[in-house]
Amino acid sequence: MADEDLRPEPEALLAEAAREGRGRLKIFLGAAPGVGKTFAMLEAARQRLREGTDVVAGVIETHGRAETEALVHALPVVPRRPGYYRGRILSEMDLDALLARRPRLALIDELAHTNLEGSRHEKRWQDVEEVLAAGIDVWTTLNVQHVETLNDAVARITGIRVRETVPDRILDTADEIELIDLSPEDLIARLRAGKVYVPEQAARAVQNFFAKGNLTALRELAMRAAADRVDAQLREHMAANAIPGPWPAQERLLVCVSDSPAARNAIRAAKRSADRARVEWIALSVTSPRIETLPEGARDDLALALRLAERLGATVASLQAGGDVAREILDFARRNNVRRIIVGRPRPRSALHALVHPFRERVAERLLRLGTEFEVTLVSAEPGRARPQGWHLPALSFPATGWALLATALASGAAWIVDRMLPVASLALLFMTAVLVVATRFGRWASALTAVSGFFAYNFFFTEPRLTFTVHYRDQILTLGLFLAASLLTGGLAAELRARVDAQRAAADRMGKLYDFSRRVAAAAAFDDVVWAAVSHVSMTLACRTVLLVPEGERLAVAGGFPPEDRLELRDMSAARYAWQRGEEAGRGSATLPAADWLFLPIRAGERRLGGVGVAYEGGRSFSPVDRRLLDALIDQVALAMERVRLAEDLEGARLAAETDRLRTALLSSVSHDLRTPLVTIIGAAGSLSEPGALPPEAQQALAETIREEGERLDRYVQNLLDMTRLGHGALKPAARPSDLAELVGAARTRLAAVLRGHRIGTDLPPDLPAVLVDPVLTEQVLVNILDNAAKYAPPGSPITLAARLDAGRVVLSVADEGPGIPPADREKVFDMFYRVAGTDRRRAGTGLGLAICRGLLEAQGGTIRAEAARPDGQGTRILLTLPVAP
Amino acid sequence: MTGPARILIVDDEPPIRRFLRVALEAEGHLVTEAASVREGIDRAALDAPALVILDLGLPDGDGIEVLRTVRGWSQVPVIVLSVRSDEAGKVAALDAGAQDYVTKPFATSEFLARIRALLRDRTGPAAPSVLSVAELEIDLAARRVSVAGAEVKLTRREFDLLRLLASQPGRLVTQAMILRTIWGPAHEEDSQYLRVYIRQLRAKLGDDAADPRWIFTEPGIGYRFRNR
Repeated sequence: MADEDLRPEPEALLAEAAREGRGRLKIFLGAAPGVGKTFAMLEAARQRLREGTDVVAGVIETHGRAETEALVHALPVVPRRPGYYRGRILSEMDLDALLARRPRLALIDELAHTNLEGSRHEKRWQDVEEVLAAGIDVWTTLNVQHVETLNDAVARITGIRVRETVPDRILDTADEIELIDLSPEDLIARLRAGKVYVPEQAARAVQNFFAKGNLTALRELAMRAAADRVDAQLREHMAANAIPGPWPAQERLLVCVSDSPAARNAIRAAKRSADRARVEWIALSVTSPRIETLPEGARDDLALALRLAERLGATVASLQAGGDVAREILDFARRNNVRRIIVGRPRPRSALHALVHPFRERVAERLLRLGTEFEVTLVSAEPGRARPQGWHLPALSFPATGWALLATALASGAAWIVDRMLPVASLALLFMTAVLVVATRFGRWASALTAVSGFFAYNFFFTEPRLTFTVHYRDQILTLGLFLAASLLTGGLAAELRARVDAQRAAADRMGKLYDFSRRVAAAAAFDDVVWAAVSHVSMTLACRTVLLVPEGERLAVAGGFPPEDRLELRDMSAARYAWQRGEEAGRGSATLPAADWLFLPIRAGERRLGGVGVAYEGGRSFSPVDRRLLDALIDQVALAMERVRLAEDLEGARLAAETDRLRTALLSSVSHDLRTPLVTIIGAAGSLSEPGALPPEAQQALAETIREEGERLDRYVQNLLDMTRLGHGALKPAARPSDLAELVGAARTRLAAVLRGHRIGTDLPPDLPAVLVDPVLTEQVLVNILDNAAKYAPPGSPITLAARLDAGRVVLSVADEGPGIPPADREKVFDMFYRVAGTDRRRAGTGLGLAICRGLLEAQGGTIRAEAARPDGQGTRILLTLPVAP
Repeated sequence: MTGPARILIVDDEPPIRRFLRVALEAEGHLVTEAASVREGIDRAALDAPALVILDLGLPDGDGIEVLRTVRGWSQVPVIVLSVRSDEAGKVAALDAGAQDYVTKPFATSEFLARIRALLRDRTGPAAPSVLSVAELEIDLAARRVSVAGAEVKLTRREFDLLRLLASQPGRLVTQAMILRTIWGPAHEEDSQYLRVYIRQLRAKLGDDAADPRWIFTEPGIGYRFRNR
């Protein structure tokens, strides 16, 4: 294998980079309470403290054990924050105090602990994540039954389900896991000796839990969890160091998430399988028309299942399926290189459901039949959870019931009227019509009610003997039976059709709204417009209250709200800040600060955190996944628009800043070099002159002359810098007046007499040249700079020619020299500040300001300046000035 | 030629005072110094100098205050030291009655020539009736001008203009002063007359504005005739 193939995988390096700056996490993992995790952690911490590490105990649950207490007393402790819960005073870890204390290493006991209501995070592991993110190392303890994906296994083994779980992700990201092992016999002995703390309420369960068989199984689980982690670290190490190995192909595992109670188990199973097979896994939710008709509770189940998958590290995807959900899933699986599909076993069908859809095959069944090339696994729900949800009685609202009964009554009335004209069997059609009408308006259950009530009304009023529920004729029994079956079936179909149309309409409506919104925000030119468009649109679309917050320095402030809102409660504000700072959702219905009234979602563009959007429903309803996705899409649009507006604003600022920076650097180099060079000569020459009688008179004369010339040069530099500053500050107010160009040339020559001595100056200024309308002082300065430049670059003794002519109503003055000339590419740049033509070995002293100032001074009074070659072969420079003519 | 004179230097920079004192004393003048507006006014009153060298930027105020106060009792020639970027201050000083200005930094030789030009008046108002500078000869009494022996015909105004400039060689003559003297106070702003006349005068004398021999331009301020 060639060496270049052994480059580390970018993902592995990225993961390592992401860990940098974060604190390191060490977990003391135990199989059961009482194995001595806390004790082991404290002992190790004491050792570290002795070695000089800054260790602080954030929270330690001693459960009153003396030996543990003694160890805690040896450590610095962050005092707990008191809390008030259901009339009892309890205390929690003071997260803010710990963060403010910034130790090197924090001890945070019992990772799975659930915080008191009103704490910043729901769970302690979230606190730990924040501490790690702050760059503080954390040691913590955990029992294996609290690990999210092992939760089911432990419940099956011990018969006790713990409510408090920690996502596997935390274990996966731990830098070190230390297994605190104790044989089951020793643990049981400790329990008997009263050395294991057992909460009172669990006392009864304890005997079962601490059975030897249980403990052995738990011990094995803990060992395997620790070993898995070692394995994972080994793999990461191999990837980061490009050690070739048998890498699994990039196959993926897919878990289908529905509102079924088995979905959560399916997700946990998928996580375990994915980990074992070391493959990526995708949690797929398929939005079908049916989802739209689900009751709130089922929709929440779906949202929770998706969140679980996300927490366990799945890539979450969703599909909008038209009719055949199973086919959509299989297509998705093929596109994404999926090998295994895991799906929850469908709930048992209710009798009525079977009656309404006698031929409908369920998604799971269809997947098994059609997805022959996949390995499809069905996962069952736990027995307790598999409530058959056949009767969605809440779906039948009070007005729907009324309309169903009214429709039956109307149908009965109509049948009464036409009774004489039609055979009794045909009257069933009237009831059927009522069923269909109700089905299209009020859905499946109302239509079923209409069918059943119609059945009884028909039986009661129209079959012989009338006004009884008894039926004499066999054919009428058949009619009645067929009516009921047909009306249930067609009513169900009609209702489903209706639901599908509604769903399509809702989807189209959302798309339309999203499209409207993109157009609106795209048209918003200013930041405030974007904010207003965003809050008003989110508010209208989701029928909720909306606020948008943007950072102002280190703080987060409300930028706009709909209905207008300019302040939030403290609790909501902290949720908003959390969402903004951590880039995660926070507030109502989320894992962080769930007691807040508002739910906040971060607005992000790449790595940039732009702010947050807060939404709140009246009455505290939470968001459905559909709302949530729409909200996500809207927020993406807002982020884009905000970025666009910001970018436009920043661009100008950045350009200016870069230019200013360049000028500052150039100015410094100019001041340090160009200003100092004449000073070197002056100081040196003056030093020689002050030695009495050391030099002959001619030499003294020459030195004095040098001092004067260098002094004048220095003066011109300073003048240039001053002029530049004046131009830069707009302090220059040209006083234009009719002036004689020849006079200005004469004045400039007089001032530069010493510099121009070595050159022949030729002038061609026609006597009939009109007066120019310029500021004479500034224009003289321009001429001085140009002549100075010409004298600097032209060889000694060569001529410098000034010529003027009238051209298109303006006076054009040219100053030509026989110097090396300016390369065409540089002819514009020489008018930039601090620009000097590079590569000419005859680099002359100068600040690189002269021509830039000329341009500035001339443009301030309506003139122009440019450079061209004086001769066709590119040699020589000709500077062309145009000046306005006096009226 | 001009004889020793008492000269007051008002400048807050000791190095500048020192080098001016050395240069002036080498010419045989008596030098007194002041470093502020207050001190400058005191010294001008007490020492009765024949010439004042006045810096415009002083620690306790503008040098122009010294000029205005002194002008309250004396017409002593004042030469102002200005910096190039301060055009307005220079013009204000000339308006307030300063005779001339030099822009810092300046060469000593140039500066001493200006001093001599200003002190020349002091020795006696009787200017010679014939001025002769290089090839140019001006007979003030006969109102005749010749260049290199060839007579040049000048109009009355042209001659007045030349006489005004040439009678104070080396000294700055502002546009306003020329206009006031020759065209009368009502025409002080009409510098376009002046430009036209100066051009004609130069043309007749064979003087090139772009490379002057006799009449030098101080852009935006005025003219200066070649110093003898």
